[in-house]
Amino acid sequence: MKVMIDTGNYIAAKAAVMAKPDVVAAYPITPQTTLVEGIAKYVATGEFKGEYICVESEHSAMSACIGASATGSRTFTATSSHGLLLMHEMLHWASLARLPVIMCNINRVIGPGWNIWSDQNDSIAQRDTGWIQFYCSSCQEIFDTVIQSFKLGEHKKVGLPVMINYDAFILSHTSMPVYIPEQKEIDDFIPTFKPLWKLDVDNPITFGNIIGPAYYEKVRKAMQDAQENAKTLIPEIAKEWKNKFGRYHGDLLERYKCEDAEYILMSMSAIGAESKVAIDNLRADGLKIGLARVRTFRPFPSEEMIKLGKQSDLIVIDRNISIGSEGALFNETKAALYNKSDAKVHGFIAGLGGKDVTYQDIEKICKKVVNGKAKDFEWYGFEGD
Amino acid sequence: MVKQRILSGMVLRGTKNMAIKDLPDTECILPGSAACPGCPATIGLRLVFKALGKNTIMVVPACCTAVIESLYPNASFDIPVMNIAFEAAAAGASGVEAALRKQGKTDTTVLAWAGDGGTYDIGIQALSGALERGTNFIYICYNNQIYSNTGIQRSGATPYAAWTTTTVEGKTEFRKEMGDIIMAHHIPYSAQACVSYPEDLYNKVKKAKSIKGPKYIEILAPCPPGWRFSMDKTVEMGALAVETGAWALYECEKDIVTFNGKSKLILEKKIERKPVEEWIKQQGRFRHLFKPQRDEKRIKAIEDYTSQVWERYRKCYLEK
Amino acid sequence: MKKYDVVTSISYPKKGAMGKTGSWRVFKPKLDKSKCVKCLQCWVFCPEGVIIKNKDGTIDIDYEYCKGCGVCANVCKVKAIVMEREAEDK
Repeated sequence: MKVMIDTGNYIAAKAAVMAKPDVVAAYPITPQTTLVEGIAKYVATGEFKGEYICVESEHSAMSACIGASATGSRTFTATSSHGLLLMHEMLHWASLARLPVIMCNINRVIGPGWNIWSDQNDSIAQRDTGWIQFYCSSCQEIFDTVIQSFKLGEHKKVGLPVMINYDAFILSHTSMPVYIPEQKEIDDFIPTFKPLWKLDVDNPITFGNIIGPAYYEKVRKAMQDAQENAKTLIPEIAKEWKNKFGRYHGDLLERYKCEDAEYILMSMSAIGAESKVAIDNLRADGLKIGLARVRTFRPFPSEEMIKLGKQSDLIVIDRNISIGSEGALFNETKAALYNKSDAKVHGFIAGLGGKDVTYQDIEKICKKVVNGKAKDFEWYGFEGD
Repeated sequence: MVKQRILSGMVLRGTKNMAIKDLPDTECILPGSAACPGCPATIGLRLVFKALGKNTIMVVPACCTAVIESLYPNASFDIPVMNIAFEAAAAGASGVEAALRKQGKTDTTVLAWAGDGGTYDIGIQALSGALERGTNFIYICYNNQIYSNTGIQRSGATPYAAWTTTTVEGKTEFRKEMGDIIMAHHIPYSAQACVSYPEDLYNKVKKAKSIKGPKYIEILAPCPPGWRFSMDKTVEMGALAVETGAWALYECEKDIVTFNGKSKLILEKKIERKPVEEWIKQQGRFRHLFKPQRDEKRIKAIEDYTSQVWERYRKCYLEK
Repeated sequence: MKKYDVVTSISYPKKGAMGKTGSWRVFKPKLDKSKCVKCLQCWVFCPEGVIIKNKDGTIDIDYEYCKGCGVCANVCKVKAIVMEREAEDK
């Protein structure tokens, strides 16, 4: 195993190329650009032997991936923010078609005005599309999760597309050392792609014609069942990875110092990584607090939330907002706990527009809750903190 | 700049009976589909599949054909068909083509089959991109000059003064010359055809199949409910469109443009183009130009426009 | 025909996918074989593909699926096909 020191994007490109997709169709958008440029470099060196299509928009990127996947190809793409929004229609198409397109999304703020820094409104806005969603907080985790996602999405009990999210610039353009397995080890880890269905002149099916309501409902139920299967498979695959390569980033959640915690902080992505520093400092101050970093947003790990709620009160930080309502993680955690837990849940919005969220900010948030001074739901920095 | 000259000694193309007898028996649409009686799309498809054969994968965006495929769990097509979103036909086809290329199955034809909506308007971006990328596929636009599937709304292909549900008093703009837009992409082959000239259409599809790279064929498809004419007159309406010059049959191969059949004779002034009025007066979508009284201004505008189009064709495509 | 297990919108080819579309007809094409000159215009232009081309060049019509559009009668140059209003109780 060698060590590669590179940015999140180039690491993701490396992982994507090592998974050997047959077709990559992508369109550049800051700050995803270096990812697709990374793949282009592998095209030039010959390390990537698949077809690389420079499409003319993100909508076409996803459409081309859908066409390729439907024809039996392993597919990969990447985007961010407006690009993700532009392909929204086709995200639904891919999952309803049960096509395991694998995609990295670099979480970037949505405009107007133009803003290239990190928040999660782009991917959270896709939570209803049927895609499995991961949130990574280190370059190593990006590599490992991309590879695991191919195995997960293409698994016959899943057959759904997977989105791997990570922060704009904080991860996409930050270098970290990453252990890279041998190509043969990756080949052994991901089985050959066996599509659940495909376009085949020897078996002429029509895909996607008019479907009546009762039949359509069955398609939706089958997707829901597939995500339920993913809840079991994600920990299995993570465990298999741990056994083979010695690395483990958690599965649906990553627990950090939760064993005797009276409060559990829940956050995602870069804020999740930063949270560990905050937890260490708060523990040093005598607080019994732990971190449950949410890695998998879809399928939503409801059962895990209930387990957390059984032992502790929860403090949730969302780097996203559903205007007119609350942060998504806060909202869905409360929904998971309803009727199942007495745990108090506090929600905070922090880091929108890419505003930096430091471990000091996170400590302030947690202390406010512990000192009984927090409202149920707050926008951090707007309450005269 | 597109090079222009007539290929001398061109065989006059028309509906020769002998040629029709020689057309293959291949049928890839099964009877009993959801198509309207008299539907030009199915006439076109039958001919296209005779030229392409069963080693074809078809990508279909939202359009009438998506409905003609009939209802899940049954399908009226006997080749693999992938339905895709309205604007994405050419992009989806790009993906299918890339997959087949990676699998070494380069003898399978990738066919994108879209209406004028999914080609001229919402689908033009994906089409332009796929052509520019040199995608090895055949893109066929069956043009009924409206958004037919959604109930006869105007499209970029709708002719001037035509009634549609969104241009109730008649469209105020002239249609896009899609053929010119395609030619500007300098792809190996593009053509205009019409369901009323089956041998011409068959030959064009066959030629497209033999060429590598992006190919575009646009087929005029007279739509009985959309154009408001009796459903038995589909073929007649297409023939009249060509005879009046409202639609031209031509090919552009390696930037050389050749007109075909009656269109060639009109181009060379060997026959007179019939007045466009003979075509439009047969269609209810132009009825308001004749009843309650003649709208001379607009009828003349249509005729003048058609004359100008043919003068431009002559300037560009007739060798001096 | 291989059927896939996955529950998504996959449909399989079937003749008469919309049922016996002959029931759509109001007018029926009546064929007079004695007039037919075997030009096959009707066969090539039938939108439904229900004109059957026989080995001897004659044609027959599959009335189970014929929608009665009348294109065949319209293109027949010798009027071997004529559209007749079908009886109400067909």
